Amino acid sequence: MKTIAEIENEIIDEFSVFDEWLDKYEYLIDLGKEMPLVEESDKNDTNIIEGCQSRVWLTCTEECGRLHFKADSDAIITKGIISLLVRVFEGQTPEDILAADLGFIDAIGLKDNLSPTRAGGLAAMIKKIRAFAAAYSGKED
Amino acid sequence: MRKVDEIRALFPILDRKVEGKDLVYFDNAATSQRPRSVLDLQQELCSRSNANIHRAVHTLSMEATEAYEKGRDAVRDFLGAESREEIILTSGTTASINLVAHCFAAAGFLKNGDKVLLSAAEHHSNIVPWQIACQATGAGLKVLEVEPDGTIDLQKFSDSLTDDVKMVAVAHVSNILGVVNPVKQMVAVAHSKGIPVLVDGAQGVTHLKVDVTDIDCDFYAFSGHKIYAPTGIGVLYGKKEWLEKLPPYMGGGDMVESVSFEKTVYADLPLKFEAGTANYVAAACLRPALEIAGELASDAAVATHEKELMAAMESALGSINGVKVAGIDAPERIPLYSFTIEGVHPLDAAMLIDKMGVALRSGHMCAEPIVRRLTGGSSMLRASLMPYNTVGEVEVFARALARVVIMLRQ
Repeated sequence: MKTIAEIENEIIDEFSVFDEWLDKYEYLIDLGKEMPLVEESDKNDTNIIEGCQSRVWLTCTEECGRLHFKADSDAIITKGIISLLVRVFEGQTPEDILAADLGFIDAIGLKDNLSPTRAGGLAAMIKKIRAFAAAYSGKED
Repeated sequence: MRKVDEIRALFPILDRKVEGKDLVYFDNAATSQRPRSVLDLQQELCSRSNANIHRAVHTLSMEATEAYEKGRDAVRDFLGAESREEIILTSGTTASINLVAHCFAAAGFLKNGDKVLLSAAEHHSNIVPWQIACQATGAGLKVLEVEPDGTIDLQKFSDSLTDDVKMVAVAHVSNILGVVNPVKQMVAVAHSKGIPVLVDGAQGVTHLKVDVTDIDCDFYAFSGHKIYAPTGIGVLYGKKEWLEKLPPYMGGGDMVESVSFEKTVYADLPLKFEAGTANYVAAACLRPALEIAGELASDAAVATHEKELMAAMESALGSINGVKVAGIDAPERIPLYSFTIEGVHPLDAAMLIDKMGVALRSGHMCAEPIVRRLTGGSSMLRASLMPYNTVGEVEVFARALARVVIMLRQ
């Protein structure tokens, strides 16, 4: 199984072919369409991350010490961005997730989306993923 | 008579590019751009006359004070107020409305069981200050619904003015609907029942010729940054009789005549409400900003240009399937369009169209109640234009939006 850093590098390579922002966004939109969706019944108050302008749902399950994520958003570009996060973290151990630095977000030019004021709520989502990981590892984040 | 090219030439920022494309700035209702005359005065005051106002007798302080007070005079002329004592300089519309709401309650004009009447289309700045005043006094809000076309029905307004209503606070133009409210008639109705009226002019001053004496409102608030001036400066016009009846809002320097530990004598109007060091540079910049605004507002060619912009926007938005524009059928409106697109999330659209050089606003635009009423959700897109925008820009916007819809529609 690939490490978080390896998957991050894969994503950086994929995005390096795009010269234009619009192409990046087009790719994110496609990614968003492919992501495993959160079941409608799981779109509840426990799993929601309420952003200023869009909503994100995130579920996490654990199997044999590895975490599995499903995510969804009502905004499709946000959904594409979170699909990258899900891809990076899917099947990883809580310890590795907590240790990840997520440099790829900056490397592919999506760092703006990480600012706490940014409407998409990516920062809040990472916080929630880390909270899940911390809970499963038995450590405080 | 000014051509749009001449107007554009006054605003240096309009030459910039975003993502390699000419900027199309359609977020003017959030903040407008500043003309060269404003930027120059800012620079000149900071580099030549920077000193605290109203205090010292040295040259720099006197120059800064003069510039500040000229800003006030420009506001008086712009609003058609009777005297300069009726012009309070604040940090913005929000501060102006907070001042009135707080002082109105503190003076005992709002009591347990009383009501403040608001329209359903107010933005947060004209809701929350009143909520706070109500919490402090036991009073409550009463909400006047708007008609399906976004207008206010004068008969329903009149009927809603029951005996418990002690204040009416209404936008001159809603920042979501873009519809011009009949504030002059509303004031007449409210006054016939002895109720004062605050008009929130944040979006009104930018496109309408405003005359507070003609409207006869008791208070009128607006922000400098929405009308070509810098951020951090705003205006509260208040009728002298009201400003005299209200207690000071904040205590501090500049708002006092004499201070001892036993007793403080407050300064006369307008300084009574201007505690602390004012944003004197921004205040001074109100003069060149309002000069341009006043000139544009009374120029027939500009009025024709704005009508052309509105016709172009309406046809651009009408050409895209599934677009719904709030308040589009209202008879009197400004070039401000809040809309939804079926199958497209506003946040996605705003992010994508930004990469095509077009600046739109998305979200609830700080007016969550009306956005929820209109959409059932909490997000819309908004395009808001100023006289420096062009029909050519509307065409770029239309093409960009059409592409965005194709890319995003699910």
